[in-house]
Amino acid sequence: MEQLIQQVASGLANGAIYACLALALVMIFVSTDHINFAQGELAMFSAYLVWQALEWGMSFWLALPVVALFSFLIGVGIERVILRPLHHAPVLSVVVVFIGLLAIFHSLAGAIWGHTIKAIPSPFPHFTFVGSGYIGPHQIGMILVTVMLLVALFAFFRFTPLGLAMRAAAQNPASARLAGIRVDWMLALGWGLAAAIGAVAGSLVAPAVYLEPNMMASILLYGFAGALVGGISSPGGAVAGGFIVGVLENLIAYLGNLFEKTTGVYVIGNGEKLTVALIIVITVLTLKPSGLFGQVSVKRV
Amino acid sequence: MAALLEAHGLKAFYGQTQALHDVSFSLQPGGITTLLGANGAGKTTTLRCICGMVRTEGSIKLDGQPIAGKATEDIIRLGVGHVPEGRGTFTNLSVGENLRVAAYTRKDKVAAERDLGMVFEYFPILKARVHQQAGTLSGGEQQMLAISRALMLSPRLMLLDEPSFGLAPLIVQEIFRIMRRINSEAKVSMLLVEQNAALALELADHAYVLETGRVVMSGKAADVKNNEAIRKSYLGY
Repeated sequence: MEQLIQQVASGLANGAIYACLALALVMIFVSTDHINFAQGELAMFSAYLVWQALEWGMSFWLALPVVALFSFLIGVGIERVILRPLHHAPVLSVVVVFIGLLAIFHSLAGAIWGHTIKAIPSPFPHFTFVGSGYIGPHQIGMILVTVMLLVALFAFFRFTPLGLAMRAAAQNPASARLAGIRVDWMLALGWGLAAAIGAVAGSLVAPAVYLEPNMMASILLYGFAGALVGGISSPGGAVAGGFIVGVLENLIAYLGNLFEKTTGVYVIGNGEKLTVALIIVITVLTLKPSGLFGQVSVKRV
Repeated sequence: MAALLEAHGLKAFYGQTQALHDVSFSLQPGGITTLLGANGAGKTTTLRCICGMVRTEGSIKLDGQPIAGKATEDIIRLGVGHVPEGRGTFTNLSVGENLRVAAYTRKDKVAAERDLGMVFEYFPILKARVHQQAGTLSGGEQQMLAISRALMLSPRLMLLDEPSFGLAPLIVQEIFRIMRRINSEAKVSMLLVEQNAALALELADHAYVLETGRVVMSGKAADVKNNEAIRKSYLGY
């Protein structure tokens, strides 16, 4: 039982990171209908920037907002400079650009910081508390920061005029222009926000997995899975999906271990967690392509 | 009186296809002008030209200032409210959010709040549905919402693309009555595109008749209405 609680708790902590990445993916998807394959590498790059800032003597809690802001600018820059000429290009061209960006940031990180693994210390203080046996301080910190970020984003989109304008631009660009909204800039802002959210996800996950250029590859897959489970068109759904995937991968591995212990037959275990994510992606796409909370989009022809 | 909007020698293109060939017209401030013509005559395209939504050649001046070639959002910000074909509802947003989005560019928040009150006075049904998701409104209510969104921009000129389309006659009468009030009370000039020529000529003071991308006649609405030859050959009644 104790182990079960532990697995769920650490699943929630991982899920928080998946939720962040899923949200970043959704942020770009709802306004452009594109899935940004470079989202993970951008987050990895941001995590390196945090590491660099720490090396220069900054504290983590100063480095994080600075890097998030810097990543925001990178995101805006990518949209304005690289993607803007492609607004009317076929989807495939955009996908190729995303893969190119992925390769660029991957190599860039390797070239600047090398391929040997680095460690970012956890920014959360070590302390014991009720339930310490089940979940570590860094995991609790990841969940808390993620939840705070999500609440802030929700408030931004729900209650500010700019947030409303971004939602309007994503939903109906033609009408948004007729309301005087600069839709192109709203897209760029969406990219910036996605990059900033990714920066938070990257720097929170780095202390848990070690920093290296490949660190986000599998995490991005979990992010995809989360976004798909929740519904790629629904920000709230993506967050829920991220947490669901995080808990699910741990539970399935846990049940697999339990099964092996009682019957001696190995079916699934910790080594197959990533497989679980992929199975989730395929299952969702087959059974409910719009996700648990997504909207079925209907086009009038 | 100087014209509010003056278009000269408009040509418009969708890709290789030329939709307008040589359209010129001018709107007087405070008036209601209607563009009439059959399907495909270029009425909607003319409105889209004014708002920079289609590739255009020729000159368009708003209050003497050239606006051809400007981005749609910049033209809107100069005080042009466009009620588009198909109503352009933000279906996932609430009615209230639809109206607030339209006031996004305005600096005068107090006046915008006052305009919201004015909108609710014109269309009380929107006030009753302010928290409802806009996609669930009826066609007539969505048309009212579209006009209200344009009104929330505090426009000098309102472009209306077939506000009667697909609506029951009673609703159309209601909407046209309020359009007249908006024109006289809120001092908004209007350019009205309509298939329903009889209805449009009731409301408008000036009329232009388009055929296959060209202006074939223009004049006072009353003259067009009373000219049987024009009515029979172009307006179909």
